[in-house]
Amino acid sequence: MSRLLLPRRQLLKLSMASLGGSLLGGCDQLSKSPDFQSLLGLAEALNYGAQRGLEGDRALAREYTAADLSAVFKVNGSQMPEGEEYARLLANNFIDWRLRIDGLVGNPLALSLADLEALPQRTQITRHDCVEGWSAIGKWQGVPLSVVLERAGLLPKARFIVFHCADMFEHAADGTGQYYESIDLIDAFHPQTLLALRLNDMPLDVGHGAPLRLRVERQLGYKHAKYVMRIEAVDKLDHIGRGKGGFWPDRGYEWYAGI
Amino acid sequence: MYDSGKFPRKFLLGVRPQKAGEEIKIYRHALVTRVTHWINFVCLVVLLMSGLQIFMAHPALYWGEAGSEESDGPVFEIGAKTRHLGAVEGFARLGSQEIGTTGVLGLSRNASGYYIERAFPTWATLPSWRDLARGRRWHFFFAWLFAANLLLYLSASFANGHFRRDLVPSLKEVKPRSLLNDAVNHLKLKFPRGEEARHYNPIQKVTYLSVIAILLPLMIATGLTMSPGMDAAFPWLVDIFGGRQSARTIHFFTACLLVLFVMVHLVMVILSGPLNELRSMITGRFRILIENRNV
Repeated sequence: MSRLLLPRRQLLKLSMASLGGSLLGGCDQLSKSPDFQSLLGLAEALNYGAQRGLEGDRALAREYTAADLSAVFKVNGSQMPEGEEYARLLANNFIDWRLRIDGLVGNPLALSLADLEALPQRTQITRHDCVEGWSAIGKWQGVPLSVVLERAGLLPKARFIVFHCADMFEHAADGTGQYYESIDLIDAFHPQTLLALRLNDMPLDVGHGAPLRLRVERQLGYKHAKYVMRIEAVDKLDHIGRGKGGFWPDRGYEWYAGI
Repeated sequence: MYDSGKFPRKFLLGVRPQKAGEEIKIYRHALVTRVTHWINFVCLVVLLMSGLQIFMAHPALYWGEAGSEESDGPVFEIGAKTRHLGAVEGFARLGSQEIGTTGVLGLSRNASGYYIERAFPTWATLPSWRDLARGRRWHFFFAWLFAANLLLYLSASFANGHFRRDLVPSLKEVKPRSLLNDAVNHLKLKFPRGEEARHYNPIQKVTYLSVIAILLPLMIATGLTMSPGMDAAFPWLVDIFGGRQSARTIHFFTACLLVLFVMVHLVMVILSGPLNELRSMITGRFRILIENRNV
């Protein structure tokens, strides 16, 4: 009996460990399986439907007061776009920079900083929520995206607005490392969706996306594209990057980042 | 006498004389209770492990609306720091209390046995490797399943009387003396036998109800409060918890309470007769030994 006991105990220990190990290994296999990942991805459609249903098109993100401003607004993601073109624009204080608005528009535009500053402005103090978990409160000033889109005249076919950025975030072998993001027309015409030029009463610094970044206040930080160079109206997203509508969506993150 | 359990429920639960030393089987858990119990168990495990994966992206907690390490002092933090002579040590810090946690938190061995800086060990996160995007996919899918399952359980338990009959304690049961008495019984590992074993004891009722009615809904509410979209739809969510970062902090510590609950629950199952308890949550049948003193 005593001879049996030890192996039995070892057997139990071994079987518990291998059961635990195979369960964990099984979950890792599922994490790698594209089919299982698309099954899990069904939740994104539920999240999108639930949030759009509950928020409606116009619900506003909360706006705060100057007393709530974060002491430091954390810089994340790209801190300094590489490449000569951006360096040249920066050296000249973005005097030569032009924001191109094209694609499915009747009246393509190329706007300078002075042009943008001459358009109607909106100021909002909002909370920025990063997908990683942290938050910061900042005061943003800029042109509502709707103002620019109305001047460019969207064609009826347009369904998404794509933001092409100056920063190459990853030197991907397939050449899709350039940062970009996209939103649908509901968010594009939301009153708090801004082409932000200023943070906390100062022109945007490089870390926060100079000269212009997007604000989409009801979504997570990665949607708020920095270093926006070109805005393109499109009817579908599959021909851009890896086809999922954004740098991070191309890498497994949700396109609609409301949670 | 062997009671197959096929008799009508009320007949079995009614007090009727039994012979001493006799074993009967009662029908303890309805089908819906058993099915939702196991779905809930799978959901909690996946949500915990994928939640740790998500937390690993920024393993610090704050109080209030906003919070980042550059701007605000974390109330809780997991990390790794270099001590003298270049030795690296994992740590967890709550307020001003810091403890070394090398091997588990902050610094742990990977599958190849090398120490890596990671808030949680590879065996505790889903996926085991660092992958916030996939962690979120697991988390949201199982969050929907968890919420649907909880809703099914709650509506069924109201409808079939499970709450009223089995879970809501009587006024007598929640008196301090009764709870204290029951706590002493638990500590002495004295578990109810015979007729008493037909029902949950007062501490069980209070604990199960707290988990079902407070902790689980709190997880959902604090989870939703972390969503900028939901905060636009329901701004009062943020007010209830005193800010998005507070909600995140509450989400984490409530998850810790749930882990504590599951651990104590498992220990209690093992101590009070694991086969009988497990069977009752699989087939519904629970065996009771009628003792001499009950006759």
